[in-house]
Amino acid sequence: MSLLSIKNLKARVEEKDILKGFNLEVNPGEVHAIMGPNGSGKSTLASVLAGNENYEVTDGEVTFDGKDLLDMDPEVRAREGLFLAFQYPVEIPGVSNVNFMKSAVAEVRKHRGLEPLEAKDFLKFMKEKQQLVELSGNLAGRSVNEGFSGGEKKRNEIFQMAMLEPKLAILDETDSGLDIDALRIVANGVNKLKSKDNAFVVITHYQRLLDYIVPDFVHVLYNGRIVRSGTKELALELEEKGYDWIKDEVAAEA
Amino acid sequence: MAEENALLKEFTEKEYEYGWSIDIEADQLPKGLNEDIVRAISAKKNEPEWLTEWRLKAFRYWLTMEEPTWAHVKYPKIDFQDIIYYSAPKKKPEIGSLDEVDEELLATFEKLGISLEEQKRLLNVAGSNVAVDAVFDSVSVKTTFQETLREKGIIFCSFSEAVQNHPELVKKYLGSVVPYTDNYYATLNSAVFSDGSFCYIPKGVRCPMELSTYFRINAMNTGQFERTLVIADEDSYVSYLEGCTAPQRDENQLHAAVVELVALKGSEIKYSTVQNWFPGDKNGKGGIYNFVTKRGICAGDYAKISWTQVETGSAITWKYPSCILKGDNTIGEFYSVAVTNNYQQADTGTKMLHLGKNTKSTVISKGISAGKSNNSYRGLVRIGKNATNARNFSQCDSLLLSDTCGAHTFPYIECGNKTAKVEHEATTSKVGEDQIFYCNQRGLDTEQAIGLIVNGYCKEVLNKLPMEFAVEAQKLLSVSLEGSVG
Ligand SMILES: Nc1ncnc2c1ncn2[C@@H]1O[C@H](COP(=O)(O)OP(=O)(O)OP(=O)(O)O)[C@@H](O)[C@H]1O
Ligand SMILES: [Mg+2]
Repeated sequence: MSLLSIKNLKARVEEKDILKGFNLEVNPGEVHAIMGPNGSGKSTLASVLAGNENYEVTDGEVTFDGKDLLDMDPEVRAREGLFLAFQYPVEIPGVSNVNFMKSAVAEVRKHRGLEPLEAKDFLKFMKEKQQLVELSGNLAGRSVNEGFSGGEKKRNEIFQMAMLEPKLAILDETDSGLDIDALRIVANGVNKLKSKDNAFVVITHYQRLLDYIVPDFVHVLYNGRIVRSGTKELALELEEKGYDWIKDEVAAEA
Repeated sequence: MAEENALLKEFTEKEYEYGWSIDIEADQLPKGLNEDIVRAISAKKNEPEWLTEWRLKAFRYWLTMEEPTWAHVKYPKIDFQDIIYYSAPKKKPEIGSLDEVDEELLATFEKLGISLEEQKRLLNVAGSNVAVDAVFDSVSVKTTFQETLREKGIIFCSFSEAVQNHPELVKKYLGSVVPYTDNYYATLNSAVFSDGSFCYIPKGVRCPMELSTYFRINAMNTGQFERTLVIADEDSYVSYLEGCTAPQRDENQLHAAVVELVALKGSEIKYSTVQNWFPGDKNGKGGIYNFVTKRGICAGDYAKISWTQVETGSAITWKYPSCILKGDNTIGEFYSVAVTNNYQQADTGTKMLHLGKNTKSTVISKGISAGKSNNSYRGLVRIGKNATNARNFSQCDSLLLSDTCGAHTFPYIECGNKTAKVEHEATTSKVGEDQIFYCNQRGLDTEQAIGLIVNGYCKEVLNKLPMEFAVEAQKLLSVSLEGSVG
């Protein structure tokens, strides 16, 4: 059974149709890359899956781990194991990362019928995950994303992902704004977290990331639909030729 | 957003958690106010002649005064003849240790989540010391840690006890910071105050524990008129915490306390308040009118006073803890969090009066408004003509949780010395939908999210609270926010 199944998903924001019949099947153990020109609807897809109320679903079905995803509140989706690394992570002044993660981890554990971790165990767990993404203790102790550089915010997203151990992680342009070293660290982190039971949907503009996180499938999102799917070679082809040829083909097909 | 609004609306509609009433046989005077009542209060407390006279002078002066109307609050006219001005529990047990406390009282504290049991546990575990002087329905019921304090020469007792045992100190300082002519409610308090706390720290003594008072308003229709006097003698230090909550009531209850702080040369007083009185129900019915006068004087050079307050309760709050910076190089601080909900109204802030040279003051105010509430900051910074090199920094931030609430800032600056430097910053923001969604995406529901965000917003102020109470205050913020959503 697939972990995530999206059928004919249509969504709009501010009266404007963005997703126009989106289909995708993601199985445990898989990595899917979604590419596509600016404004094609990639972040919209991520927002809809995460349950952002600004986006109205007008049609379609989404099941996550056998359950109706669209029926769940955003926090329940998160607790069920859906994680979104935001393209633009927000700052929460005055709330320490430690405190934030403590609350989040406790909620996720509660949902799975587990007791909250003892303070000592929690800190140990946190330290482990911090090392995984090489997030400095200084950042971990600061307020959530407050005053973080663009790259630091992205790294913090991956850190949070590591803490919450989701079944499905959607990374929305986590690579943008990262320097070469940070890119490698983030990708390594993802690769270490990858298992046969979880899956990743990686939204990116750059083939470079896919050298590190090797996708099983690459999809091109254009104008609210997937117009091409392939293997990692498709990403190379896009890198070389851009999107025009796909746009032309889509126009010809229409 | 629609759902969010609904959630936020629910937040504001949470019923008061601490509503209950305790049946303790009350010994009370009849309703109403006249010279006989004032004399009777004084007689009940076996007060010396000078104090009776002082009360009467205050009462006569009060008769000539008008109720103030300048605050940004609205309420029906108070019938001062419909108030019981004295009520005391009949039994007044002498208690040496925590477990001798009246069971009903213990149960009350437990409901508040700040039980004496917890205090005791804190004592053992963290080695921290909290002395509690519980003001229960106007009269002190119990005082702990007297021994330790006595060894240091520290006096911490009920106001009535101080009048009996330390009349010279009371006579010298009572009304020295807030004279009986000061303002309508302070004058009323001067005439009818029932009890309160008294604290004196001798020269050079650093008080080894947080001094703490829990106030409760209990009997029906009982106005509360506490009087607190804290004196820090030269080079001494004391940290004092006042925390309160009240049972649910249909009729509005007036609370007009007076707090006077006297900091002599080189001393420091840290005064923290956590206030959680019944704010009225979601239709704006009932609740406490909290009209309080709090003022401290840095009388000697290098003295320091800091006020820290977390205010979540009361239907109406009218309160401006102030500092008179009389000595040279003195410091005044005001850190405040005020949360208003439903139909609550708060008009609060501070006055910093710079008289001495090189005086410094800092004001950090965080107002959080929800529902249909109104939250105003009103602050005065006055630099006297001799206050060379005076410095003030004020920052007033308002956070809005609904579209129907109001936040207002009224800063007044009067500068009489051109070497002074006065800075004022103000911001207003709405709690971010994107912040809430970010928290949701990490598994936190909207209620928790708002709790976290608001606590983060107030961190600068919460950090100023004594350790023992910071946690409690955080809990209180979250509790008052808890119902607001989900
Ligand atoms: N909240 C919103 N209000 C109005 N329009 C929106 C909103 N969110 C997205 N859109 C519009 O929807 C379209 C798709 O946006 P989306 O962010 O999903 O694109 P994207 O594929 O992620 O682009 P990029 O590669 O630039 O990140 C764009 O035209 C965008 O302007
Ligand atoms: Mg995007």
